[in-house]
Amino acid sequence: MINYIIKRLLALIPVIIGVALVVFLIIHLIPGDPAQTMLGERASPEALAQLRESMGLNEPLHIQFIDFFKGLLRFDLGRSIMSNNPVMAEISVRFPATLELSFFAIVFAVVVGIPAGIFAATHQNSLFDNFSMLIALIGVSMPIFWLGLMLIWLFAVNLGWLPPSSRLSVGINLEYITNILFIDSIIQMNWAALKDVLSHLILPAIALGTIPMAIIARMTRSSMLEVLKQDYIRTAYSKGLQDRVVVYKHALKNAFIPIITVVGLQFGVLLGGAVLTETIFSWPGLGKYLVDAIYARDFPVVQGGILFFAISFVFVNLLVDISYAAIDPRIEYN
Amino acid sequence: MRQLKSLRILLIAALIIGLFSFAAMAQDEEAKYGGTFVFGRSGDSVGLDPIQVTDGESFKVTQQIYDTIVMYKPGTTEVIPALAEDWDVSEDGKTWTFYLREGVKFHDGNPLDAEAVKWNFERWGQEDHPYHIGGEFTYYGYMFQDFPGIIESVEAVDELTVRFQLTEPQAPFLNNLAMVSFGIASPEAVMEHGEDYFKNPVGSGPFKFVEWRQGDRVILEANEDYWGGRPYLDRVVFRSIPDNGARYMELRSGSIDMMDYINPEDVASVREDEDLDLLLRPSNNVGYFAMNMGFEPFDNVLVRKAFAHAINKEALIGAFYAGLAEPAKNPLPPSLWGYNDEIEDYPYDPEKARELLAEAGYPDGFEFDFYYMPVARPYFPQPKMVAQSIQYYLSEIGVTANLLSYDWGTYLDKYYADELETFLLGWTGDNGDPDNFLYVLLDQTQNNINYKSDELHEILIEAQRTPDQEVRTELYEEAQVIIHNDVPWVPIAHSTPPLVKKTMVKNYVPNPTSTEKLHNVWLDQ
Repeated sequence: MINYIIKRLLALIPVIIGVALVVFLIIHLIPGDPAQTMLGERASPEALAQLRESMGLNEPLHIQFIDFFKGLLRFDLGRSIMSNNPVMAEISVRFPATLELSFFAIVFAVVVGIPAGIFAATHQNSLFDNFSMLIALIGVSMPIFWLGLMLIWLFAVNLGWLPPSSRLSVGINLEYITNILFIDSIIQMNWAALKDVLSHLILPAIALGTIPMAIIARMTRSSMLEVLKQDYIRTAYSKGLQDRVVVYKHALKNAFIPIITVVGLQFGVLLGGAVLTETIFSWPGLGKYLVDAIYARDFPVVQGGILFFAISFVFVNLLVDISYAAIDPRIEYN
Repeated sequence: MRQLKSLRILLIAALIIGLFSFAAMAQDEEAKYGGTFVFGRSGDSVGLDPIQVTDGESFKVTQQIYDTIVMYKPGTTEVIPALAEDWDVSEDGKTWTFYLREGVKFHDGNPLDAEAVKWNFERWGQEDHPYHIGGEFTYYGYMFQDFPGIIESVEAVDELTVRFQLTEPQAPFLNNLAMVSFGIASPEAVMEHGEDYFKNPVGSGPFKFVEWRQGDRVILEANEDYWGGRPYLDRVVFRSIPDNGARYMELRSGSIDMMDYINPEDVASVREDEDLDLLLRPSNNVGYFAMNMGFEPFDNVLVRKAFAHAINKEALIGAFYAGLAEPAKNPLPPSLWGYNDEIEDYPYDPEKARELLAEAGYPDGFEFDFYYMPVARPYFPQPKMVAQSIQYYLSEIGVTANLLSYDWGTYLDKYYADELETFLLGWTGDNGDPDNFLYVLLDQTQNNINYKSDELHEILIEAQRTPDQEVRTELYEEAQVIIHNDVPWVPIAHSTPPLVKKTMVKNYVPNPTSTEKLHNVWLDQ
């Protein structure tokens, strides 16, 4: 097992180099440069040349790449062109926000999606089955920005039950330690803040979790259906086992491998930052920040941000692979 | 009987409410101290060192933290005293002396004196200065023409007197100094934080920096010792709420007190809501349709005049600006001093336009290329739609416009290379000085549409070398007459960006330069 993990981690190195190269080339080859974006209408040829020079954009491409890569070896992703803030610092502030939201979204997706999928599978072709799969279909195709605005409109503006957006109310004092506010408020035993943080999480987590929830429900259903047709399930029933025991102990455990794969994959996608959800709910996460950086052609931020995503995605996949062994003892890693 | 009773109750209630609102009105006169003011905006600040940033969201905050040597009078671009109580300028316009206010302190307690001002200018302008780090100092290079540019030296004559020696006269110098970019920072704080100063700003303004949660909010608190008097508000919070619709819902649900960038379709509902006010920021921009005289037949003034008569500006503003703009007749926006209101615009008159075309020798019209911007700007929120409408108006007088566009970078490259035949473009002012529109955009050494006028050039140069604002006003008024007669552009619109606030937010005066100090704002709650 340990050997396997070390092997997987070593395999990360070529992945990182590859991602770094691809990202670097794409961002430098698309038209438009940061100097131009900063100057806008004022981008006269002289002003542009001067600014490009001072930004170091006049260096040949390969020199710029070598500089970038040298920094990488020292875990230095450079400084943002726009704000001059170290990219690492920006990521360390924003990633916890993305992580927190993604976590609650995936919890919502799992808690609703898996039971719904199981129930649909055990009651195949019933009214509930058809209805829940219709909901799942709508969930997959729902535009998030629309769903998000509707949730805000209904629960924040009209009913006034929940706050419309952001992570914390203006009047609440909370020191940021980990930047995962849920954990920060527990550490400080600030229960008022905890309640506020959770109430801010509900709407965006539902908006962000809806699509993964639908995907997980559909995957659970089909995976369960397949397992429920197997011989050993019939055997279990013929032994006189109760419905609940057959479904949850015998069937679910075997149906779990594809489900966990989908959950992991979805979590990895969410960690990449949810641009729309972050925009609608004013969530200061990585996704929106990265998209803004792409528009501004803020090279170091885009490079660093995408590299960071690639690495976290690989890690989530590794975790999923390891969890296979925990669920299914037949799977071994050597 | 029961009806009568309820009517009576209603009447009494109305009376009581009336009395209360009367009392409230009477209190209106007296500003109240206290409260937290939450402003919802579309994005986060890039940085809080004003010399290093170029985006409006950064300036909105630094405007509160810093003071400039002189400032704009609220609601205008007229220059009034700020850190300097008074100033004078030498006859040749090259030596400016400023007399600073006594007893002004930075938020860290250090004195804001002549040495501090000198230190700031040297940090910005001298590339070998040890603290010329942390960014590009973009606006310094831009307004003072390079590093150190026209500022030859800055001298601290005594504790409160600063003298600027310029290499050549620059009439807009005073207006430049009022720009939010040139806020004076505490030298000690800059030295302490170095490259990270932009997240630890220390100025002398009405509000002190408390905390910046990146991507989320900036929190400021009142500077009790502000030289202009303690601000009414205790705290100001700038919250980033990127989506226009979501921001409007935050305002309606009460979690923010004010916002900008509202969706045009929401404007009507704001006007209907008694608890909300719509404010229009005086325009500091112009969107125009330009005709490059290097291309035939745009070298013919009759053709250009015909185009000026052919375009219905009012209709464009109604359709594509949600009415939040005013038709332009000059290159200058009306909020700037020097605006010539005597000029009468060419009225929309397709008949007259056709006559002018015939007179120019094009009774059957002609075909030409017409470029529109690929991006929305404040002065053209919907450039493609505007271009299509102009294309239609021109087809009415018999000329055929081929609509074309490029990506924004290429568009600007082609523009600066004088290669666009006719096009839409615009400008947002920097310093509230007419020079920043008229010289920058239309002087024959500057424009990119082959517009040559020695007469205009001489006036604009003279205006640059004259420190006296009254004389300059006259010169610029004259310049606008020449431009009006030569028609290098058809000016289309000056947009007036809307702001929405709760009615309980009092005394908020939007400035044409896009940011304003909040020390006179108070909350009626």
